[in-house]
Amino acid sequence: MIAGYSGADLAIALINVLLLGLLFVIGVAIARMRSLFAIVMLSGIYSLISATWFVALDAVDVAFTEAAVGAGISTALLLGAMLLTARTAKPEPFARSIVPILVVIATGAMLVYATIDLPAFGDPDSPANTYVGTDYLERTPQEIAVPNIVTAVLASYRGFDTLGETGVVFTAALAVILLLGFGERSLSATFNRKKDKK
Amino acid sequence: MTEIAAVAIIIAIGLTLIRALMGPTLYDRVLAVNSLGTKIVLFIGFLGFVLGRPDWLDIAVLYALINFVSTIAILKFFRYRSFQVPLHRRPVPKAPTVQGRDNV
Repeated sequence: MIAGYSGADLAIALINVLLLGLLFVIGVAIARMRSLFAIVMLSGIYSLISATWFVALDAVDVAFTEAAVGAGISTALLLGAMLLTARTAKPEPFARSIVPILVVIATGAMLVYATIDLPAFGDPDSPANTYVGTDYLERTPQEIAVPNIVTAVLASYRGFDTLGETGVVFTAALAVILLLGFGERSLSATFNRKKDKK
Repeated sequence: MTEIAAVAIIIAIGLTLIRALMGPTLYDRVLAVNSLGTKIVLFIGFLGFVLGRPDWLDIAVLYALINFVSTIAILKFFRYRSFQVPLHRRPVPKAPTVQGRDNV
């Protein structure tokens, strides 16, 4: 047994390590690949696996958003964007990739440093479990009568906030679709391009 | 028994991931993504069973649906170059490539 873990905890820790390892491998592969189609496919796999990780962490609603948006919609949007550009990325000289690597490593180190101050997982005295959270947990069954508290907060207590977010997402989707030109326009453009080549 | 199931699913995920990383043609990668989605569904179902959360099966079924729809979307996109297939079907020029080797 690894120090401090036993039984189900050990299993969950192993699953977390495994899924994060897979994410790491895919991330490195995405950074090194040049074929844009492969990158789009791998980013779909990336969000699918991170959605699984969210399920394993018991954040089911986040996981579902990640699966629907990351693996579903954004794959399609990236494919649409890819049709308008080249199919392969230009190779990057090694000297220019040093600074991004340093920035990523520094950010990661800062995040790891920040986790030291976080309360332990499931700590009853943590801020999330002491102030407003308990209030929502007590009131929701009488006031809203929805079994899932997160749903009650999102759709009822913060209903206007969610409505505004929906408007923002709708506008963003509209702008992206206008830019990429799904449908008739992109289709005829592709045909015309093929005719010109002949 | 559960250990064997876990190891089997993890090996399967690893194999499909290798195919997605190496896969020479477009369709290898599409198939790899699709079958990896199936493995993820199995994995979530397995996880729900082991951790005593049988309601995760619903999530797994929804993932299967998303996986199916997105695979269809990708393939349709590469057939018609568009999500909106015209109502009157124009003759789409056939790609002059060897089968299974789309030039992407």
